[in-house]
Amino acid sequence: MAEAYFTEQHELIRKLARDFAEKELTKEVLDQVEETEVFPEEILDKMAKAGFCGIKIPKELGGQGADARAYVLVMEEIARVSGVASIYVSSPNSLSGGPLLLAGNDQQKEKYLRPVVTGEKKLAFALTEPGAGSDAGSVATVARKERDHYILNGRKCFITMAPLSDYAVVFAKTDLTKGNKGLSAFVVDMHAEGVSCGKPENKMGVIGCATSDIILENAVVPECDRLGEEGDGFKIAMQTLNTGRLGVAAQSIGVAQGCLDEAVKYAKERKQFGRPIGSFQAISFMIAEMATKLEAAKQLVYKAAYLMDTKQDATLNASMAKYYASEVCNEIAQKAVQIHGGYGFIKDYKIERMFRDCRVFTIYEGTSQVQQMVIGSKLLKK
Amino acid sequence: MAVQVIKDKCKGCTKCVKSCPFTAITMEEKKAVIGSACTGCGQCVEACPFQAIEKVDDGKQAADLSQYHGVWVFAEQRDGKLMQVAVELLGEGSKLAAAIGCELCAVLCGSGVEGLAEELFEYGADKVYYADAPELGQYTTDAYTKAIYEAITQYKPEIVLLGATHIGRDLGPCLAVKCNTGLTADCTKLEINPETKGIMQTRPAFGGNLMATIVCPNHRPQMSTVRPGVMEKASRQPGRKGQLVKLSAAFQEGDIRTKVLEVVKSVKEMVSLTDAEVIVSGGMGLGTPEGFELLKKLAERLGGTIAASRAAVDAGWIDHAYQVGQTGTTVKPKIYFACGISGAIQHVAGMQNSGLIVAINTNESAPIFDIADIGIAGDLYQVIPEIIEELNKFHDGSNH
Amino acid sequence: MKILVCVKQVPDTNEVKIDPVKGTLIRDGVPSILNPDDANALEAALQLKDKDPNVTIAVLTMGPPQATYMLRECLAMGADEAYLLSDRAFGGADTCATSTTIAAGIRKVEGVDVIFAGRQAIDGDTAQVGPQVAQRLGVPVVTYVQDIQMGEGNVTVQRQMEDGYEVINVQTPCLLTCVKELNEPRYMSVGAIVDAYQKEITVWNHTDVALDPADCGLNASPTQVFRSFTPPQKGKGEMLSGSITDMAKALVGRLAEKHLI
Repeated sequence: MAEAYFTEQHELIRKLARDFAEKELTKEVLDQVEETEVFPEEILDKMAKAGFCGIKIPKELGGQGADARAYVLVMEEIARVSGVASIYVSSPNSLSGGPLLLAGNDQQKEKYLRPVVTGEKKLAFALTEPGAGSDAGSVATVARKERDHYILNGRKCFITMAPLSDYAVVFAKTDLTKGNKGLSAFVVDMHAEGVSCGKPENKMGVIGCATSDIILENAVVPECDRLGEEGDGFKIAMQTLNTGRLGVAAQSIGVAQGCLDEAVKYAKERKQFGRPIGSFQAISFMIAEMATKLEAAKQLVYKAAYLMDTKQDATLNASMAKYYASEVCNEIAQKAVQIHGGYGFIKDYKIERMFRDCRVFTIYEGTSQVQQMVIGSKLLKK
Repeated sequence: MAVQVIKDKCKGCTKCVKSCPFTAITMEEKKAVIGSACTGCGQCVEACPFQAIEKVDDGKQAADLSQYHGVWVFAEQRDGKLMQVAVELLGEGSKLAAAIGCELCAVLCGSGVEGLAEELFEYGADKVYYADAPELGQYTTDAYTKAIYEAITQYKPEIVLLGATHIGRDLGPCLAVKCNTGLTADCTKLEINPETKGIMQTRPAFGGNLMATIVCPNHRPQMSTVRPGVMEKASRQPGRKGQLVKLSAAFQEGDIRTKVLEVVKSVKEMVSLTDAEVIVSGGMGLGTPEGFELLKKLAERLGGTIAASRAAVDAGWIDHAYQVGQTGTTVKPKIYFACGISGAIQHVAGMQNSGLIVAINTNESAPIFDIADIGIAGDLYQVIPEIIEELNKFHDGSNH
Repeated sequence: MKILVCVKQVPDTNEVKIDPVKGTLIRDGVPSILNPDDANALEAALQLKDKDPNVTIAVLTMGPPQATYMLRECLAMGADEAYLLSDRAFGGADTCATSTTIAAGIRKVEGVDVIFAGRQAIDGDTAQVGPQVAQRLGVPVVTYVQDIQMGEGNVTVQRQMEDGYEVINVQTPCLLTCVKELNEPRYMSVGAIVDAYQKEITVWNHTDVALDPADCGLNASPTQVFRSFTPPQKGKGEMLSGSITDMAKALVGRLAEKHLI
């Protein structure tokens, strides 16, 4: 069943991720994560040891030297079992590692990227603000230059992993007159003076990965911690989000596969009117539709990764993959709950958690509507 | 024996390809071709609707087998006590010997355990070959292999049976290579082919999914290990006598390359699953290791013991010693309760010969119900306390 | 020190199912895996390598060309060299003939100090090939090993018994067969998988290991499969119905009827 886009090496990486997910992310562990809202450190250590934190980062920077397809496969297999666990994979590979990989100089890569991709440190990506969501240009956080450092003031919100992080890449305006071009990126030490976190948000899903505000009050950032030049911020953010879409797309097909597996299993086991509910056409047609849409989504995601690996332009495909996979994942999860009937509504069944976890997939890292804008404008250009 | 395709008869239906357990058959130009992975098992011969596959005798010259006589049983002893499996082997061996028309012998190794010979005679051995040496007091692969190999070369048995214990499964393969003969592991059934007088050894393969009957036509002795608990024990006839043949067992410097420094008996209670009349076994459906406490209550109520499926053992819920199945212990109690066990073939292989199988599982389509005599679809945490309650009532009733 | 680990690619027998109608094996979709006990043997070698960087690990298997996939997995866990014995002449071998081929392969891999193998493979469950290879190589064997302490020119192991264990000292070179209680096999890592595909796998046929085709495979197998069949399935029993109390009552009733209680 080798997929057209994959080599045997990819299959072995998939096997690693699948074995890992099945063995480590057991029901007990995941139930405990839901209850305590804390993801166990020892599993994160094991994930780092298996190389999941730096999949497509070059070996010389401390990564694993694999490619975007390998990243997709690991994300898919981990998300198939646990949505929240996959965030711990995507973060260092994409949103945290991305800006450093794109714009970091050698010292910055050594100091910040290496510990992130080896799993020793955590780094958050802080772009969103109360008044700047999809519209990144309207960031209100300000970085004022003083001699060899900047003074940062402002508030970031919905920052994934902020309370757990050692560092954050913060996007702030160095020139208020210039809009997008006035945006710059800084690596901020989360333990520095003037940097604090808000109360962790009480989220609907992907519980076990704290999200909060980051508050900057006269935080001092040395000039050497600025990524790229002043004014490069918008470009860095957009490029990072471009590759980040692939991660959410992979997460989506993973969770969708998990939902489909649960639905099929339940449809075979559950008997009503003296026979398994799967033998009723109403249920079997739902499953057929779920499986078909999932397969279409997978092909979109795999192709986007393949284009990236072969150095072709993947912007359009990554947006299509993120848009379609996340939407379809929600549809599949919704149907899987429906197939479970009343049991799908109670927390004893996995499907309840999956249904909540995937809701954010159409929202974060570019909403479905932003993806549609990207796709539409690309087609209608000029 | 090998398998070949009769090209003219093959219609290219691919039934044989699907039937082959070893993926040895491929289609070339719409004809079946037997590849190198073929073991000659013959599944395809039966699967072919056109009689296009046949088994052929490759006409190997039979070695001179006529000088080999008698059925030997390895009388495994530990600390001067005969292992139960040796008595089971004598029971089975006597049937084989009768079918061939030859004598049944036991081969005994040890240091100062001559007294066991009497026991072996009473359990049906006509002869006991006994190797006595200080080096044989504690089992070592090298010493036992040498002593028994020398006896086999001298006395030439046609069949040698060993218990598939941690010792028998160590000794058997070493002896087989030294004797340049075949060995069939973990047999569950032994028969004598009435025509050839050769032994037909049936054993499970593929985790119990397939049974294979193995023969060893051109080599002697024919050797098998037999799983403990599978064969019926020989009945003891007090006062029965036989002939004791002493083997000269002498060892030189370098003959024994391992040294047993220490023997540690585990402090954990010995689990005697093979002797248990009632077994209450648990699987993943227990949900937690604590589930075994409830099973223990039921087991104690019925004077039995608890056991587990491989999944529960692999989950670390209970020691491997409790595992029933293909890679655990084979059991045949009078009553076997399978609680929260799905009924994977590997488990079923170890308990399907139980007298009465009661399955309790929430999933009513679990395969365990296909082999259970009595099935209860329900939550074991609700069902078992009720059963204990009913058992109490029953006993109260019958006491009055 | 060089440790050679014998490994085997096996069908995951937990995934094998029987077609309930035809009574045949369903092989479709059954994955091939590294035999579980062999993974423990490899892990034992890797742990010795973790402690002593001078240790090199070679893995060796006999099998079809596709077995390279499993060898890559071993390399990705941390083995240094991989050898595949693959030849049509090796096909259809019983344990006796298999041990001849594997022993010939090990002789050809130079400088092996100690050999590890799994206790048994889950497709055959024979536990024979390990000790048989040792006999053919003329080295001592200890089976069912659950603990390994390397010494100079010798090794001290715990040999698992049904009711405890023995502590055994054995001179090297020797062959040890490992049980799952020995350790918990490690995961591969993504980077190690990438590296594993850069490494060479040495493939040998019967001439490479100086074997006559008459001495290997089906030709050299004393045992032959006379016939094989799927075990007869027991007929379906009785499903109890009603409330839990009803079912418990009915069960106790059946047990009493059969004089089992």
